[in-house]
Amino acid sequence: MKRIITTTVINQSGVLNRVTGLLMKRQFNIESISVGHTEQPGMSKMTFVVNVEDEQKIEQLLKQLQKQIDVIKVNDITDKAMVMRELALVKVATVPAVRSEIYSIVEPFRATVIDMSKSATTFQVTGDPEKIEAFIDLMKPYGIKELTRTGVSAFVRENQKVPTTHLSIL
Amino acid sequence: MEVNVKAKESTNKEQSRSGADVLIQSLKKQGVDIIFGYPGGAVLPIYDALYKNPIRHVLARHEQGAIHAAEGYARVSGKIGVVIATSGPGATNLVTGIADAMLDSLPLVIFTGQVASSVIGTDAFQEADIIGITQPITKHNYQVKNVEDLPRIVKEAFYIASTGRPGPVLVDIPKDISTQMFLSATDENEDIHLPGYQPTKNPNYLQIQKAIKVISNSKKPLILGGAGILAAKATKELKEFVERHQIPITNTLLGLGGIDGDHPLFLGMAGMHGTYTANTAICDCDVLINIGARFDDRLTGNLAHFAPNAKVVHIDIDPAEIGKNVSTAVPIVADAKEALRELLNQSFDSPDTVDWLASLNVNKKEYALRYKADKEKGILPQQAVELIHRLTNGDAVVTTDVGQHQMWTAQYYRFNNPHNWVTSGGLGTMGFGFPAAIGAQLAKPHERVVAVVGDAGFQMTLQELSLLQEFRLPVKVVILNNQSLGMVRQWQQTFYEERYSQSLVHVQPDFVKLAQAYEIQGYKVETMEEAEKVFAEAFSTNEPALIDCRVVQLENVYPMVAPGKGLNEMIGVRGE
Ligand SMILES: Cc1ncc(C[n+]2csc(CCOP(=O)(O)OP(=O)(O)O)c2C)c(N)n1
Ligand SMILES: [Mg+2]
Repeated sequence: MKRIITTTVINQSGVLNRVTGLLMKRQFNIESISVGHTEQPGMSKMTFVVNVEDEQKIEQLLKQLQKQIDVIKVNDITDKAMVMRELALVKVATVPAVRSEIYSIVEPFRATVIDMSKSATTFQVTGDPEKIEAFIDLMKPYGIKELTRTGVSAFVRENQKVPTTHLSIL
Repeated sequence: MEVNVKAKESTNKEQSRSGADVLIQSLKKQGVDIIFGYPGGAVLPIYDALYKNPIRHVLARHEQGAIHAAEGYARVSGKIGVVIATSGPGATNLVTGIADAMLDSLPLVIFTGQVASSVIGTDAFQEADIIGITQPITKHNYQVKNVEDLPRIVKEAFYIASTGRPGPVLVDIPKDISTQMFLSATDENEDIHLPGYQPTKNPNYLQIQKAIKVISNSKKPLILGGAGILAAKATKELKEFVERHQIPITNTLLGLGGIDGDHPLFLGMAGMHGTYTANTAICDCDVLINIGARFDDRLTGNLAHFAPNAKVVHIDIDPAEIGKNVSTAVPIVADAKEALRELLNQSFDSPDTVDWLASLNVNKKEYALRYKADKEKGILPQQAVELIHRLTNGDAVVTTDVGQHQMWTAQYYRFNNPHNWVTSGGLGTMGFGFPAAIGAQLAKPHERVVAVVGDAGFQMTLQELSLLQEFRLPVKVVILNNQSLGMVRQWQQTFYEERYSQSLVHVQPDFVKLAQAYEIQGYKVETMEEAEKVFAEAFSTNEPALIDCRVVQLENVYPMVAPGKGLNEMIGVRGE
């Protein structure tokens, strides 16, 4: 199952290495990872999406992360109400004949054009990973020349509608 | 006028300290009175500071020897083992010891030199990325970036190594940091501030209540005591708990000594070479109370068959160990001593274990560890261990290397006292036992220390005989010499149809002459009669000694749980 984990870490050199090294050592499969500064100076937030077999595995992952000295907070937010975004840059072959067709498809995704040439257009699309998948699928037939994704970034919403059981450290 | 100026200059000089000076002062503040190490280019400034402001330094003959000695020291003293090595090869020579200390939760603080900050990352002479290399095998590691950080980092390193679940912490110090002048007036102003590190010491009250309920209602409770009991110095509390509630107890390999080896409630060691009684008790118990053990696979055997009838109560200071391998009904994150104290503070009905103990006692008699001595064939290794036990009254500090001799020592040397057992469990590091004995002897100069080693493993770190020679440490080295990589040979016999691939060793040094070369009394024995005499003589002196004890080559360690099998599927229960 796919889990979305956020961690707050001390922004020390090597901390990203520590976390990814730990995941590798413990044989966890990272699907995506994103890192950046937070509102607190000296702190960074990492969001990663992992694929795990069962609850026991995810509990083990959370505990091992928590054990790292430079890791301040660990949360599995998968079952919470949350905001989750990813950004993708997609360069699509847009020969004049299909250009307007493509533009009309792109519209509902609210993708923006950030670069353009005679034969190609680069779109920026943001949203949850499913939306991005859908966008990529639609562009594929026209020819994707280049694609890059940032990985998911997320946090929980201020208002949690339903109380959810989620795993956390004892 | 002139005089004044001079006086001023000299005080300035006294006050100006290099990073290396500050390091040595910080070590003294931590109460460090012994360092195991080896110098080299990147730590020259540190060794110079040590020259001017000495702390006892033990110059091992190989960095691996230094770190295993530090481990032995830490294990028996409960204090932090301190190691210094140079950059590159010095640091990489420590790697085995660091991994060993990590798996066996030994508190070490290791200082490695590093090339100068300006050339880090350029493949400079003797540069190795020791931070990257040791990240997965340390509890934490640091590279010092500013000399001003040194006192804080040293303080944190000692704190992290020794609190919570102990472990090795490495501090990598670039050479320029050691030589730079330290400008801050104070170096101890900051309190330790580690928001990401707050180990839980005290047990949760509700969880203790749950445990009590489970234990009270049990009919066949069993305690599994691990090294956590020793690390927490909780042996008194453990004994009181065990006796008050009449609950039988077994130990992991590393937990031995947690309870006296002859205690009537002790069932012997559990696991791959555990006793029949202990292993079947794990299979039969209805409540298993794990205190400070990590359910390692050498203990559990096939997890599918492990403690199938038991509700598991697991007390561990490391929350990540709880539920990792065995699902747990009552998790208790706590220091073993605090948890046991809390359990002792609560009055509750003892479970009725009369029948359970009676059946275990039948097993203890019926399936006691046994071997078939045969005068014609020569000394059996088990006999040699029993002889050592007899001569030392079960009171010695005993270290072992890794292999058959290790298991026989674990089985047959029944410890009267805690903190006397030093062995490499998690990593199973050949070469560990002898240098570990040196560290143990330095920690306990007035106690008898015996290193029981294999003929092969001893040869991995035997250069440390120099330390016995130099300090006249009265360590007794007993080589259980089966002229083979015995444990490997046993597996080849059992699982590879006796194809002894690279496990029989026909060529060996003359160990007696080897000892003599280091000015150590050397003996060779081939019969029990000789052994009785020679061991008694060797153990009666206050000098180092080495005994090449020739033992039967093809003897096997039994009972045995084959890999992948459950604890209920032991072979060789009757000793053959
Ligand atoms: C550094 C290292 N290399 C290899 C092994 C694998 N190994 C485990 S036991 C053993 C044989 C040890 O032989 P010896 O020291 O003579 O002890 P014995 O088993 O004969 O008592 C070997 C090779 C190991 N544990 N450690
Ligand atoms: Mg051998």
